[in-house]
Amino acid sequence: MSRSMPPLKLFATLVVFWILLNGSVAPGTLAVGLVVAGAIVLLFPVSLSVVSGHRLTPEALVASLAYVGYFLKELVKANVRMAALVLNPRLPIDPAIVKVRTRLTDPVARLLLANSITLTPGTLTVEISEGWLYVHWVVAPTTDPEAATRAIVAGFERYLEVMYA
Amino acid sequence: MSGLLDVIGGILLIGGTAFLAFGGLGLLRMPDTYTRIQAGTKATTLGTLLTLLGIAFLQPAWALKLLLIMLFLMFTNPLSSQVLARAAHRAGIAPAPQTRADKLAEDEEGAA
Amino acid sequence: MLDAFLITAASLIGLALTFAMARFLRGPRAVDRVVAFDALTIVSLSAIVLAGLVTGRAIYLDVALVYALLSFLGVIVAARYLEGGEE
Repeated sequence: MSRSMPPLKLFATLVVFWILLNGSVAPGTLAVGLVVAGAIVLLFPVSLSVVSGHRLTPEALVASLAYVGYFLKELVKANVRMAALVLNPRLPIDPAIVKVRTRLTDPVARLLLANSITLTPGTLTVEISEGWLYVHWVVAPTTDPEAATRAIVAGFERYLEVMYA
Repeated sequence: MSGLLDVIGGILLIGGTAFLAFGGLGLLRMPDTYTRIQAGTKATTLGTLLTLLGIAFLQPAWALKLLLIMLFLMFTNPLSSQVLARAAHRAGIAPAPQTRADKLAEDEEGAA
Repeated sequence: MLDAFLITAASLIGLALTFAMARFLRGPRAVDRVVAFDALTIVSLSAIVLAGLVTGRAIYLDVALVYALLSFLGVIVAARYLEGGEE
Protein backbone atom coordinates (compact mmCIF):
# COMPACT_ATOMS: atom_id res chain seq x y z
CA MET A 1 0.00 0.00 0.00
CA SER A 2 2.86 2.35 0.64
CA ARG A 3 3.97 1.68 -2.95
CA SER A 4 0.96 3.52 -4.34
CA MET A 5 1.72 6.78 -2.52
CA PRO A 6 5.03 8.04 -4.02
CA PRO A 7 3.72 9.42 -7.36
CA LEU A 8 1.22 11.63 -5.56
CA LYS A 9 3.81 12.77 -3.07
CA LEU A 10 6.31 13.48 -5.82
CA PHE A 11 3.65 15.51 -7.60
CA ALA A 12 2.88 17.51 -4.45
CA THR A 13 6.58 18.15 -3.77
CA LEU A 14 7.16 19.38 -7.31
CA VAL A 15 4.17 21.72 -7.19
CA VAL A 16 5.30 23.19 -3.85
CA PHE A 17 8.79 23.77 -5.26
CA TRP A 18 7.34 25.39 -8.34
CA ILE A 19 5.28 27.78 -6.23
CA LEU A 20 8.31 28.64 -4.07
CA LEU A 21 10.41 29.18 -7.18
CA ASN A 22 7.87 31.54 -8.73
CA GLY A 23 6.80 33.16 -5.50
CA SER A 24 3.25 33.43 -6.86
CA VAL A 25 0.08 31.40 -7.28
CA ALA A 26 -1.29 33.30 -10.29
CA PRO A 27 -3.59 31.00 -12.33
CA GLY A 28 -1.28 30.88 -15.36
CA THR A 29 1.82 30.08 -13.33
CA LEU A 30 0.00 27.47 -11.31
CA ALA A 31 -1.41 25.78 -14.42
CA VAL A 32 2.03 25.46 -16.00
CA GLY A 33 3.39 24.06 -12.74
CA LEU A 34 0.64 21.45 -12.48
CA VAL A 35 1.13 20.32 -16.08
CA VAL A 36 4.93 20.09 -15.79
CA ALA A 37 4.75 18.32 -12.42
CA GLY A 38 2.24 15.87 -13.86
CA ALA A 39 4.46 15.19 -16.88
CA ILE A 40 7.49 14.57 -14.65
CA VAL A 41 5.55 12.14 -12.47
CA LEU A 42 4.39 10.24 -15.58
CA LEU A 43 7.85 10.18 -17.15
CA PHE A 44 9.77 9.28 -13.99
CA PRO A 45 7.46 7.15 -11.89
CA VAL A 46 10.35 5.67 -9.90
CA SER A 47 12.30 8.34 -8.08
CA LEU A 48 13.55 9.08 -4.62
CA SER A 49 12.81 12.27 -2.79
CA VAL A 50 12.76 13.40 0.81
CA VAL A 51 9.19 12.32 1.21
CA SER A 52 9.45 8.94 -0.54
CA GLY A 53 9.40 6.67 2.48
CA HIS A 54 7.98 9.23 4.87
CA ARG A 55 5.07 7.97 6.91
CA LEU A 56 1.96 10.11 6.94
CA THR A 57 0.86 9.36 10.48
CA PRO A 58 0.42 12.17 13.03
CA GLU A 59 3.36 10.83 15.09
CA ALA A 60 5.59 10.91 12.03
CA LEU A 61 4.65 14.52 11.26
CA VAL A 62 5.26 15.57 14.86
CA ALA A 63 8.61 13.77 14.74
CA SER A 64 9.48 15.67 11.54
CA LEU A 65 8.87 19.01 13.21
CA ALA A 66 10.80 17.95 16.30
CA TYR A 67 13.58 16.72 14.03
CA VAL A 68 13.85 20.07 12.25
CA GLY A 69 13.92 21.90 15.59
CA TYR A 70 16.56 19.59 17.06
CA PHE A 71 18.58 19.84 13.87
CA LEU A 72 18.58 23.65 13.83
CA LYS A 73 19.58 23.75 17.50
CA GLU A 74 22.48 21.36 16.86
CA LEU A 75 23.49 23.32 13.76
CA VAL A 76 23.81 26.59 15.69
CA LYS A 77 25.46 25.00 18.74
CA ALA A 78 28.03 23.13 16.69
CA ASN A 79 28.84 26.14 14.52
CA VAL A 80 29.53 28.31 17.54
CA ARG A 81 31.85 25.59 18.86
CA MET A 82 33.60 25.36 15.51
CA ALA A 83 34.06 29.13 15.36
CA ALA A 84 35.59 29.09 18.85
CA LEU A 85 37.95 26.33 17.71
CA VAL A 86 39.08 28.21 14.62
CA LEU A 87 39.56 31.49 16.50
CA ASN A 88 41.61 29.79 19.22
CA PRO A 89 45.30 30.51 18.49
CA ARG A 90 46.32 27.00 19.62
CA LEU A 91 43.75 25.33 17.32
CA PRO A 92 42.89 22.61 19.88
CA ILE A 93 41.72 19.85 17.53
CA ASP A 94 41.87 16.13 18.26
CA PRO A 95 40.59 14.42 15.11
CA ALA A 96 39.72 10.79 14.41
CA ILE A 97 37.74 8.82 11.85
CA VAL A 98 35.32 6.74 13.88
CA LYS A 99 32.82 4.07 12.97
CA VAL A 100 29.18 4.29 14.01
CA ARG A 101 26.21 2.01 13.45
CA THR A 102 22.72 2.96 12.35
CA ARG A 103 19.53 0.95 12.72
CA LEU A 104 17.86 2.85 9.88
CA THR A 105 17.16 0.84 6.75
CA ASP A 106 15.25 3.31 4.57
CA PRO A 107 17.66 4.86 2.03
CA VAL A 108 16.22 8.36 2.36
CA ALA A 109 16.35 8.14 6.16
CA ARG A 110 20.00 7.11 5.90
CA LEU A 111 20.74 9.99 3.56
CA LEU A 112 19.09 12.43 5.97
CA LEU A 113 21.08 10.95 8.85
CA ALA A 114 24.37 11.24 6.93
CA ASN A 115 23.51 14.81 5.91
CA SER A 116 22.55 15.78 9.46
CA ILE A 117 25.79 14.37 10.81
CA THR A 118 27.72 16.30 8.20
CA LEU A 119 25.86 19.56 8.67
CA THR A 120 26.52 19.65 12.39
CA PRO A 121 30.16 20.64 12.26
CA GLY A 122 32.61 18.59 14.21
CA THR A 123 31.38 15.50 12.42
CA LEU A 124 31.60 14.63 8.73
CA THR A 125 30.31 11.46 7.10
CA VAL A 126 33.11 10.02 4.95
CA GLU A 127 31.68 6.69 3.84
CA ILE A 128 28.53 4.63 4.27
CA SER A 129 28.76 0.85 4.12
CA GLU A 130 25.70 -1.23 4.95
CA GLY A 131 24.70 -0.33 8.52
CA TRP A 132 27.97 1.45 9.25
CA LEU A 133 28.87 5.09 8.83
CA TYR A 134 32.47 6.28 8.93
CA VAL A 135 32.57 9.71 10.47
CA HIS A 136 35.42 12.18 10.70
CA TRP A 137 35.33 13.93 14.06
CA VAL A 138 37.31 17.10 14.67
CA VAL A 139 37.40 16.75 18.44
CA ALA A 140 36.84 13.05 19.13
CA PRO A 141 36.31 12.22 22.80
CA THR A 142 36.16 8.51 21.96
CA THR A 143 36.97 6.09 19.14
CA ASP A 144 34.80 3.27 20.51
CA PRO A 145 31.98 2.47 18.02
CA GLU A 146 29.30 2.08 20.71
CA ALA A 147 30.10 5.33 22.51
CA ALA A 148 30.50 7.19 19.22
CA THR A 149 27.13 5.89 18.02
CA ARG A 150 25.46 7.21 21.16
CA ALA A 151 27.17 10.58 20.80
CA ILE A 152 26.70 11.13 17.06
CA VAL A 153 23.80 9.04 15.78
CA ALA A 154 21.33 8.50 18.61
CA GLY A 155 20.02 12.08 18.73
CA PHE A 156 18.95 12.15 15.08
CA GLU A 157 17.99 8.49 14.82
CA ARG A 158 15.38 8.88 17.55
CA TYR A 159 13.29 11.07 15.24
CA LEU A 160 14.15 9.47 11.89
CA GLU A 161 13.01 6.07 13.16
CA VAL A 162 9.53 7.43 13.71
CA MET A 163 9.48 9.38 10.44
CA TYR A 164 10.50 6.51 8.15
CA ALA A 165 9.23 2.97 8.27
CA MET B 1 8.06 49.02 12.26
CA SER B 2 10.27 48.60 9.22
CA GLY B 3 13.00 50.06 11.41
CA LEU B 4 12.83 47.03 13.70
CA LEU B 5 12.89 44.59 10.79
CA ASP B 6 15.92 46.39 9.41
CA VAL B 7 17.77 46.07 12.71
CA ILE B 8 16.98 42.34 13.04
CA GLY B 9 17.93 41.80 9.42
CA GLY B 10 21.14 43.77 9.80
CA ILE B 11 22.20 41.82 12.89
CA LEU B 12 21.47 38.47 11.18
CA LEU B 13 23.38 39.68 8.14
CA ILE B 14 26.46 40.51 10.18
CA GLY B 15 26.23 37.30 12.22
CA GLY B 16 25.92 35.26 9.04
CA THR B 17 28.78 36.93 7.21
CA ALA B 18 30.91 36.60 10.36
CA PHE B 19 30.39 32.83 10.19
CA LEU B 20 31.38 32.93 6.52
CA ALA B 21 34.62 34.63 7.55
CA PHE B 22 35.22 32.06 10.33
CA GLY B 23 34.66 29.32 7.78
CA GLY B 24 37.25 30.86 5.50
CA LEU B 25 39.67 31.19 8.39
CA GLY B 26 39.12 27.54 9.30
CA LEU B 27 39.75 26.53 5.72
CA LEU B 28 43.08 28.30 5.91
CA ARG B 29 44.19 27.17 9.35
CA MET B 30 43.16 23.51 9.51
CA PRO B 31 45.95 20.94 9.02
CA ASP B 32 44.43 18.41 6.60
CA THR B 33 41.78 17.95 3.93
CA TYR B 34 39.17 16.47 6.28
CA THR B 35 39.40 19.16 8.93
CA ARG B 36 39.34 21.78 6.16
CA ILE B 37 36.13 20.33 4.78
CA GLN B 38 34.73 20.41 8.33
CA ALA B 39 35.60 24.01 9.03
CA GLY B 40 35.48 25.44 5.56
CA THR B 41 32.50 24.16 3.73
CA LYS B 42 30.23 23.78 6.74
CA ALA B 43 30.62 26.83 8.93
CA THR B 44 29.70 28.51 5.67
CA THR B 45 26.36 26.68 5.65
CA LEU B 46 25.07 28.35 8.80
CA GLY B 47 26.73 31.55 7.62
CA THR B 48 24.80 31.47 4.37
CA LEU B 49 21.53 30.52 6.09
CA LEU B 50 21.83 33.46 8.50
CA THR B 51 22.86 35.86 5.76
CA LEU B 52 19.91 34.92 3.57
CA LEU B 53 17.56 35.04 6.57
CA GLY B 54 18.83 38.53 7.34
CA ILE B 55 18.20 39.60 3.76
CA ALA B 56 14.69 38.13 4.01
CA PHE B 57 14.07 40.53 6.92
CA LEU B 58 15.44 43.46 4.95
CA GLN B 59 13.48 42.55 1.82
CA PRO B 60 10.39 40.55 2.94
CA ALA B 61 9.08 40.23 -0.62
CA TRP B 62 12.01 37.93 -1.39
CA ALA B 63 11.39 35.62 1.55
CA LEU B 64 9.91 32.69 -0.41
CA LYS B 65 12.67 32.45 -2.95
CA LEU B 66 15.33 32.93 -0.27
CA LEU B 67 13.73 30.06 1.63
CA LEU B 68 14.01 27.91 -1.48
CA ILE B 69 17.72 28.73 -1.83
CA MET B 70 18.21 27.93 1.85
CA LEU B 71 16.46 24.57 1.54
CA PHE B 72 18.45 23.73 -1.54
CA LEU B 73 21.69 24.60 0.22
CA MET B 74 20.84 22.52 3.26
CA PHE B 75 20.60 19.46 1.03
CA THR B 76 23.41 20.01 -1.40
CA ASN B 77 26.03 21.43 0.93
CA PRO B 78 26.45 18.41 3.20
CA LEU B 79 26.26 16.16 0.14
CA SER B 80 29.14 17.89 -1.58
CA SER B 81 31.14 17.82 1.69
CA GLN B 82 30.54 14.09 2.00
CA VAL B 83 31.37 13.36 -1.60
CA LEU B 84 34.59 15.37 -1.30
CA ALA B 85 35.58 13.62 1.94
CA ARG B 86 34.89 10.24 0.39
CA ALA B 87 36.83 11.16 -2.74
CA ALA B 88 39.77 12.27 -0.59
CA HIS B 89 39.74 9.03 1.36
CA ARG B 90 39.36 6.86 -1.74
CA ALA B 91 42.21 8.75 -3.40
CA GLY B 92 44.31 7.67 -0.44
CA ILE B 93 44.80 11.04 1.22
CA ALA B 94 45.80 10.32 4.80
CA PRO B 95 44.43 12.44 7.66
CA ALA B 96 46.81 14.72 9.58
CA PRO B 97 49.34 12.94 11.83
CA GLN B 98 47.56 13.97 15.04
CA THR B 99 44.46 12.04 13.96
CA ARG B 100 43.98 9.38 16.61
CA ALA B 101 42.28 6.66 14.63
CA ASP B 102 41.14 5.90 11.10
CA LYS B 103 38.62 3.10 11.38
CA LEU B 104 37.80 3.32 7.69
CA ALA B 105 41.40 2.64 6.62
CA GLU B 106 41.60 -0.16 9.20
CA ASP B 107 38.45 -1.84 7.90
CA GLU B 108 39.53 -1.48 4.30
CA GLU B 109 42.82 -3.13 5.11
CA GLY B 110 41.00 -5.92 6.92
CA ALA B 111 38.79 -6.52 3.90
CA ALA B 112 41.63 -6.50 1.39
CA MET C 1 22.42 52.59 10.03
CA LEU C 2 21.53 50.14 7.27
CA ASP C 3 24.54 51.27 5.28
CA ALA C 4 26.81 50.42 8.20
CA PHE C 5 25.32 46.90 8.34
CA LEU C 6 25.74 46.40 4.62
CA ILE C 7 29.31 47.67 4.55
CA THR C 8 30.28 45.43 7.49
CA ALA C 9 28.62 42.41 5.88
CA ALA C 10 30.31 43.07 2.56
CA SER C 11 33.70 43.39 4.28
CA LEU C 12 33.22 40.10 6.12
CA ILE C 13 32.30 38.41 2.85
CA GLY C 14 35.43 39.88 1.31
CA LEU C 15 37.47 38.48 4.19
CA ALA C 16 35.91 35.02 3.74
CA LEU C 17 36.65 35.11 0.01
CA THR C 18 40.25 36.15 0.66
CA PHE C 19 40.82 33.25 3.09
CA ALA C 20 39.22 30.74 0.76
CA MET C 21 41.21 32.08 -2.19
CA ALA C 22 44.43 31.75 -0.18
CA ARG C 23 43.62 28.10 0.46
CA PHE C 24 42.75 27.63 -3.18
CA LEU C 25 46.15 28.97 -4.25
CA ARG C 26 48.04 27.08 -1.58
CA GLY C 27 46.45 23.68 -2.22
CA PRO C 28 48.46 21.54 -1.73
CA ARG C 29 46.39 18.79 -3.30
CA ALA C 30 43.71 18.91 -5.96
CA VAL C 31 41.10 17.92 -3.36
CA ASP C 32 42.07 20.90 -1.19
CA ARG C 33 41.57 23.18 -4.15
CA VAL C 34 38.14 21.71 -4.86
CA VAL C 35 37.24 22.16 -1.17
CA ALA C 36 38.37 25.78 -1.36
CA PHE C 37 36.45 26.21 -4.61
CA ASP C 38 33.33 24.83 -2.94
CA ALA C 39 33.70 27.33 -0.10
CA LEU C 40 34.31 30.15 -2.59
CA THR C 41 31.08 29.40 -4.42
CA ILE C 42 29.04 29.13 -1.22
CA VAL C 43 30.37 32.47 -0.01
CA SER C 44 29.82 34.14 -3.35
CA LEU C 45 26.23 32.93 -3.25
CA SER C 46 25.73 35.27 -0.28
CA ALA C 47 27.64 37.97 -2.12
CA ILE C 48 25.31 37.67 -5.12
CA VAL C 49 22.15 37.92 -2.99
CA LEU C 50 23.67 40.86 -1.09
CA ALA C 51 24.43 42.56 -4.39
CA GLY C 52 20.80 42.01 -5.34
CA LEU C 53 19.69 43.62 -2.10
CA VAL C 54 21.90 46.67 -2.63
CA THR C 55 20.82 47.18 -6.23
CA GLY C 56 17.22 46.22 -5.44
CA ARG C 57 16.99 43.78 -8.35
CA ALA C 58 15.24 40.46 -7.68
CA ILE C 59 16.80 38.82 -10.75
CA TYR C 60 19.91 38.24 -8.62
CA LEU C 61 17.96 35.63 -6.67
CA ASP C 62 17.50 33.52 -9.78
CA VAL C 63 21.17 34.00 -10.59
CA ALA C 64 22.04 32.77 -7.10
CA LEU C 65 19.77 29.75 -7.39
CA VAL C 66 21.16 28.61 -10.74
CA TYR C 67 24.67 29.35 -9.49
CA ALA C 68 24.13 27.16 -6.43
CA LEU C 69 22.81 24.35 -8.63
CA LEU C 70 25.71 24.52 -11.07
CA SER C 71 28.40 24.75 -8.40
CA PHE C 72 26.92 21.74 -6.64
CA LEU C 73 27.02 19.70 -9.85
CA GLY C 74 30.53 20.95 -10.54
CA VAL C 75 31.83 19.82 -7.17
CA ILE C 76 30.17 16.41 -7.51
CA VAL C 77 31.74 15.90 -10.94
CA ALA C 78 35.15 17.05 -9.69
CA ALA C 79 34.93 14.70 -6.71
CA ARG C 80 33.98 11.78 -8.95
CA TYR C 81 37.00 12.52 -11.07
CA LEU C 82 39.33 12.79 -8.06
CA GLU C 83 38.11 9.50 -6.63
CA GLY C 84 40.14 7.70 -9.25
CA GLY C 85 43.23 8.79 -7.35
CA GLU C 86 45.81 11.46 -8.03
CA GLU C 87 49.56 11.80 -8.38
